[in-house]
Amino acid sequence: MISTDLSIIAPEILLAVFAMAGLVGAVYSGRDALSQLLTWAAALLFVAAALYIGLTGEGTHTAFGGIFVDDAFSRFAKVAVLLSAAAVLIISQDYLSRSDLLRFEYPILVTLAVIGMMVMVSAGDLMTLYMGLELQSLALYVVAALRRDNARSTEAGLKYFVLGALSSGLLLYGASLTYGYAGTTEFAGIIEAAGADASIGLIFGLVFLCAGFAFKVSAAPFHMWTPDVYEGSPTPVTALFATAPKVAAMALFARVVHDAFGGVVGDWQQILAFLAVVSMFLGAIAAIGQRDIKRLMAYSSISHMGYALMGLSAGTAQGVESMLVYMAIYVVMNIGTFAFILSMSRDGRHVTEIDALNGFATKEPLKALAILCLMFSLAGVPPLLGFFGKYAVLLAAVDAGLGWLAVAGVVASVIGAFYYLRIVYYMYFGEETEGLDGRMTTLPWLGLVASAVIMLVGIVNLFGIEGLAEAAAATLVR
Amino acid sequence: METILLFAPLVGAILCGFGWRVLGEQAAQATATGLLFLSCLLSWIVFLSFDGELRVIDLFTWIASGSLDTSWQIRIDRLTAVMLIVITTVSALVHLYSFGYMAHDDNFREGESYRPRFFAYLSFFTFAMLMLVTADNLLQLFFGWEGVGVASYLLIGFYYRKPSAGAAAMKAFIVNRVGDFGFLLGIFAMFWMLDSINFDVILAAGPELADMTFPFLGWEVNAANAIGVMLFIGAMGKSAQLFLHTWLPDAMEGPTPVSALIHAATMVTAGVFLVCRMSPILEYAPFAGNMVIIIGAATAFFAATVGLVQNDIKRVIAYSTCSQLGYMFVAAGVGVYSVAMFHLFTHAFFKAMLFLGAGSVIHAMHHEQDMRNYGGLRKKIPLTFWAMMIGTLAITGVGIPLTHIGFAGFLSKDAVIESAFAFGGGLGAYAFWALVIAAMFTSFYSWRLMFLTFYGEPRGSKHTHEHAHESPWTMLAPLGVLALGAAFSGMIWYNSFFGHTDQVARFFGVEYAEAGEHSEEAAGEETAAAGESHGEETAVAEDSHGEDAAAAGEGEHAAGEAGHGEGHYVFTSPPGEGAIHAGPDNDVMNAAHEVPSWVKVAPFLAMLAGFIVSFLFYIVNPALPKAWAEAFRPGYQFLLNKWYFDEIYDAIFVRPARAIGRFFWKQGDGAVIDGGINGLALGIVPFFTKQLVRLQSGYIFTYAFMMVIGIVVLVTWFALRG
Amino acid sequence: MGIADFTFYVFALVVIAAGFFTVVSRNPVHSVLWLILAFLTSAGLFVLMGAEFVAMLLIIVYVGAVAVLFLFVVMMLDVDFAELKAEMARYVPLAGLIGLVLLMQLGLAYGTWVTGEGVELLDAPQGTPEGAAHNTAALGALIYDRYWLLFQMAGLILLVAMVGAILLTLRHRTDIKRQDVLAQLYRDPKKAMELKDVKSGQGL
Repeated sequence: MISTDLSIIAPEILLAVFAMAGLVGAVYSGRDALSQLLTWAAALLFVAAALYIGLTGEGTHTAFGGIFVDDAFSRFAKVAVLLSAAAVLIISQDYLSRSDLLRFEYPILVTLAVIGMMVMVSAGDLMTLYMGLELQSLALYVVAALRRDNARSTEAGLKYFVLGALSSGLLLYGASLTYGYAGTTEFAGIIEAAGADASIGLIFGLVFLCAGFAFKVSAAPFHMWTPDVYEGSPTPVTALFATAPKVAAMALFARVVHDAFGGVVGDWQQILAFLAVVSMFLGAIAAIGQRDIKRLMAYSSISHMGYALMGLSAGTAQGVESMLVYMAIYVVMNIGTFAFILSMSRDGRHVTEIDALNGFATKEPLKALAILCLMFSLAGVPPLLGFFGKYAVLLAAVDAGLGWLAVAGVVASVIGAFYYLRIVYYMYFGEETEGLDGRMTTLPWLGLVASAVIMLVGIVNLFGIEGLAEAAAATLVR
Repeated sequence: METILLFAPLVGAILCGFGWRVLGEQAAQATATGLLFLSCLLSWIVFLSFDGELRVIDLFTWIASGSLDTSWQIRIDRLTAVMLIVITTVSALVHLYSFGYMAHDDNFREGESYRPRFFAYLSFFTFAMLMLVTADNLLQLFFGWEGVGVASYLLIGFYYRKPSAGAAAMKAFIVNRVGDFGFLLGIFAMFWMLDSINFDVILAAGPELADMTFPFLGWEVNAANAIGVMLFIGAMGKSAQLFLHTWLPDAMEGPTPVSALIHAATMVTAGVFLVCRMSPILEYAPFAGNMVIIIGAATAFFAATVGLVQNDIKRVIAYSTCSQLGYMFVAAGVGVYSVAMFHLFTHAFFKAMLFLGAGSVIHAMHHEQDMRNYGGLRKKIPLTFWAMMIGTLAITGVGIPLTHIGFAGFLSKDAVIESAFAFGGGLGAYAFWALVIAAMFTSFYSWRLMFLTFYGEPRGSKHTHEHAHESPWTMLAPLGVLALGAAFSGMIWYNSFFGHTDQVARFFGVEYAEAGEHSEEAAGEETAAAGESHGEETAVAEDSHGEDAAAAGEGEHAAGEAGHGEGHYVFTSPPGEGAIHAGPDNDVMNAAHEVPSWVKVAPFLAMLAGFIVSFLFYIVNPALPKAWAEAFRPGYQFLLNKWYFDEIYDAIFVRPARAIGRFFWKQGDGAVIDGGINGLALGIVPFFTKQLVRLQSGYIFTYAFMMVIGIVVLVTWFALRG
Repeated sequence: MGIADFTFYVFALVVIAAGFFTVVSRNPVHSVLWLILAFLTSAGLFVLMGAEFVAMLLIIVYVGAVAVLFLFVVMMLDVDFAELKAEMARYVPLAGLIGLVLLMQLGLAYGTWVTGEGVELLDAPQGTPEGAAHNTAALGALIYDRYWLLFQMAGLILLVAMVGAILLTLRHRTDIKRQDVLAQLYRDPKKAMELKDVKSGQGL
C-alpha cells in the first residue's frame, strides 16, 4: 500500500529531495556559487515533472487513505503551476543576478512553494489542504522579503506574513466549523454529511474557508495585501506571485467547493458571485489611479481573479472548465508582461513607473507591439486570446443563470480596458520624456514575444487546452 | 456555362480593381472588357438555346437558420434569359465605349489613375445585376438589389471632387433606401406568411396568399395585396417611379456610360423585372396591380411633361427613361407581363443608344451638356447624328400603323398602350390617355433634342464648335450595334412577347389552353389535328416547342394553330410554373389584339403631332419657344422645376429630418450620451478610484479590518437569509 | 453537574478570558503572561478529554519554550506599542461594533448547532482505545502511518521556516572581528612571531 502511495506522490517527493539536496549542497559548497545552477536545475526539474505528470498520468487515484487525490483536475493544475513557475524562474534569472539577489535559497524556496502548491491542488482532506497551503505561503512570505536590506521589500514580506496568518486563522476556523458539523476532515466525508441542505453552522464554516481561499487568490475584499506586496517585493517574486500561486489557489478553491461542498452549490455560488463582482469592479476601478506598473498588475490580477471566480461560481463543469482555461490564459499573459517589466530600467536602475513608457514604441517597435498584444489581451479585446477566456467565463455564468453577473463582468471589463489601453497610449502617443534604456536579454525577450505570439496564434484552437480543461472539470464535477 | 457567365464580371472587377498595378492600366481594362464580352457571348447562347424549361443550378448554401434556408442559386427561365442578354450586351458595349469616353477626364488630375477603378465598378455592377436576375430566392435577389445600389452609388459619385456628384450619389442611395425598406418589409411578410423565401415555394403560393390576412395596426390586411404593395414600393425606388423618382435626374452627374448602363438599360429596370418575377403573386393582388397601373401611368405622364422643357441633354433623356419605365409598369399592372418585358427589352437598346449618342455629343463638345449651346452638329459628327436619329425614331415609335413593321419602340410602346386600353374600365381609360399624351410629349422632346443639337445655327462658345470632332471607333462601334437593336429588335421578337397568347406562352414556357366559349369547339378541332398532323402553318421550331408544352400540359390542346387571329388562348400553368403567370381569367392580351383601329393608330398620331409641333418650334420659327415660355410663364416654371418635387421633399422630409438629426446629435448624443459617459468616466469612476486608493493606507490593521468586514458581510448575508 | 463538567466550564471560561486579555492588555509583558495562562488552561481541557500527551506537550513546548521566548523578545525589543495602538484606537468603536455583530451571528449559529446526518461527535471524554498501550503510542501510530504525508509536510514547513529565518536575518558583517577557532588552533608561534634585531638609531 505504501509503495503505491509513494508512487502517486513521486513528483512531489522528487522535488522535495531536490530541494533538500540542493540546500545541503549549496551550504557546503559555500555561499552563492551554485545559485545559477540551482535555478536552472529547478526550472528544468519543474518542466520534467510537468511532462511526467502530463504525459503519464491517467485515471483517478487516491493515496494515504483518501487525503491525497491524483486526478485529471489536479494534473491540469499541477502542470500549469509547474510550467509557470519554471517560466518565471527562467525569465527572472537575469534580473536576479543583475541586482545581486540571486541567492541559492531562492530556487530552493520556490521549489518548496511549488511542492506546497502541488499538495494543495491534490488535497483530499482539510488537513492536507492546510499543510500544502502553509508550505506554499511560508515560502512565499520569505521570498517576498528577499531583498532584506530594502525597507519596502521587508515591509511587503511582513505584511504578507501577518495578513497571511490572519487568513490562515480564518481558514482554520472555517475548517473547525466544518469538522464540527461533519465529524470528519475528509472531503468525501464532508460531502456526504453536508447533503443537499446544509445547516447555518456549516455555511459559516464555508464562508470562513472561502475567506481564506479568497485571500490566497487575492479576491476583494480580501485583496488588500496584494498591491503593497506586489510593489514591495522584488519584481521576479512579484512575477511568481502573479502566476503559479494564483493557479494553485484557484484550483484549490475549485476542489474544495466541488469535492467537499458539491451538495450545496446554491450557497457557495452566492459567496463566489459576491467575491467575483467586488473583485472585478475593485480591480478595474482602483487600477486607474496607479502610477506604478507593478501595483497596476496587482489590481489587474485582482480583477482577473474576479473573472475566474465568475466562471467557478457557475457551479457547473462548464464553469470549472472556463475557469481553468481562463487561468491558463491569464498565466501566459502575466509571464509575458512581467518578462517585460523585469527589463524596464534606466541608467542601470530598475524603474516601474508607467510614465517611463512614454514614446516607447518609437524606440522599440517590436517590443511595443508585443506589449500591445498583451495589453489588448489582458483587456479582453477580440480577437486576442484574452477575449476568449473572458467569453468562456461569461458564457458559463450565463448558462448557469447568472446573467446579472455576466453583465457586471462586461461593464467591469469596459472600465478595466481603460488602464490597459492607457499603457498602449503612452507607448505609442506619449510625449517622450526620460525613457527606458535597459536592454532585454534573450530569455525574457523570448518570454515576452512568445506569450504575445500565443495571444495571437492561440485563437485557432487554444492549443487544445479546452479539451484538457474539459476532462479536468469532468473529474471534479460529478 | 451559367456559372462562368455569372462570375466572369466579378473576376473582371477584382482583377481590374485590385490587380491593375500588376497588370497595367490598359491591360486591366481590357481584361474586364474581355471577360464581359465572354459573359455576353454566353448569355446569347443561353438565350437562343433556351427551351422554356426552368433550370436551377445550386452553387452553395448561404444561410440555413431555423426554417430559413437559402442558397446561392442560378435560376434560368425566360425572364432571366431576356435580362441576361440585355444586361451583358449593354454592359459589354458600355465597357468598350468607356475606352474612348474615359480616356481623358478633366475631373482628375494629371497622372491620376481612375480608369481601372471605373471599369472595376462597371464590372462589379454587372455582376450584382446578374446576381439579381438569376436569383432563386428573395434574399439573393435582395443581395443583387443592394449590390447594384452600391455600384450605382459609387459610379454616380465617381467624380468625387464635384460636390454635386457626391450629393447626387447620396440622394440616389437614400431615396433607394426608402424603396428598399418597403422591399424588405415585403420579404419579411413573405417569410412570415409562407415560412420561406425561395421562389419555388412563394411563387406557387399566390392564390393561398390571396386568402390569407395578417393584422397590421389593427387592420386585417390581405396578405397578397400587402406583399404586392410592399414589393412594388421597392420596385418604385429602384425604377424611379413617381414620388421616388427624384434621384434619377440627379444621377446624371455620373459619367455618361454609367447613365447608359445603369440609369437607362439595366438597374432601373430591376423594378420592372421584380414585378414580372412576382407575377404569380401580383395576379392575385388586384389592389396592388391597380396601384402599379396608377403610379406607372402617372409617372409616364409626369416625366414626359418635365422632359419637355429641360435643357441639359442628359436630363432630357433621364426624364424620358423615367417616363418609359412608367410604360413598363402599366403593362405589368394590367397583367401582360410579357409586354412589360418587351418594352424593357427594346427600351434597353434604344435608350442605351441615346445615352451613348449623347455621350458622344458631349465628348465632341468638350463636356458641354446644355443643348442651348449646341446646334448644327449634323455635319461635324455625322455618324453620331445618324445613330441618334435611329434612337429617336425608335423611342418616338416610328413605324407603319396597323402592321408589325417599325422601329423597336413603335412595336413595344403600341403594345403597352393597346394593353392599357384593353384592360378596360376607368382605370384602363386613364392609363390609355395618359400614355397617349405622354407619347406625344415624348415625340416632342425627342425631336426637340435632335433639332436643338444637330440642326440650326451653332450656338454657344465658338471655340468649342470649331473643335467639335467625331468620336473614336471604340465609341462608335457600340452605337452601331445598339442601332441594329433599336431598329430591329422589336420586329424580330414581336411575336414572342406580344404575339398570340399561345406563342407568348411557349416563349415563356407556360402551359396554355383555349379560353372561354371557344374552348369546346376548338378542342374538338385540335384533337383531330393533333391526332394526325400538326398545322402546316406552324413553324417547325415552334411546333416542337408546342409539343413540349403540350406534353407537360393537356395533350389535346397542344398544337397552337397560330396564324389566325381568332384563337383565344389563356395561360393555364399553376402559379410558379413558367417564367410569368397570368390568371385563367386574365384576357387582357387577347383583348389587346382586338382593340379598335383608332386605338392602334392613336400613338402614331400622337407621335406625329409631337413631331410637327417640335418642327414648328425649332426649325420653322426658333423664336416660338421663347414666346410660349413667356406667355405661359407659371406653367413653364412649374415644368422647369420638375413640378417642385425636390422643393416639396426638401420642406417635408429633408429639413425636418435634419432638424431631428441635429436635435439628437446635439441634445441626445452630445448632451445625454456623451455627457453621461463623460460623467461616468470623468466623474464617478475617478471618485471611486480615489476612495479605493485612499483605502489602501499601508497599515496592516486597515487591511485586516477590510478582511473582517468582508467576512461579516458574508456571514450577515447568510444569517439573514436563514 | 459533575466535577468533570464543572472543571470544564472553569477552564473554558478562563481560556476565553485569558485570550481576551492577551489582546487588550496595554502592557505587552502582561499579554504574554495572559497567553501563558491560556496555554495552561487549554492543557487542562486536553486532560479532560483524555489527551494527556498533547496536554503535556502544550505545557512543555508552548509554555516552557515558546512563551518564554516570546517574553524575551517582547522585553528585549523596544517597541512603542502605545503609538501603534493610538492609530488603531480610531477604529476601535467601529471594530467593536462589527465584532459584536459577528459574535451575535456566530452565537445564532452555535445556538442551533446541528451536525450532519449520521455524524457522531466525540462529546464525552474518551479513554485510551482498547488494545493501545497509551495515547502516545496511538498518536505515534497515526502520525507515522495514516498521516505520514502530513507529518512530512510539517517537516518541510519547518525547514522552510528555518531557511527563511536564516536567509532573512543572517548577515556576514565584515567590519567586526570574529573568532576563528581553527585558525587559532593551527597558529604556529614560529610563524606568528619574528624577532628582529634593531640597531639603535635606525628604523626598520
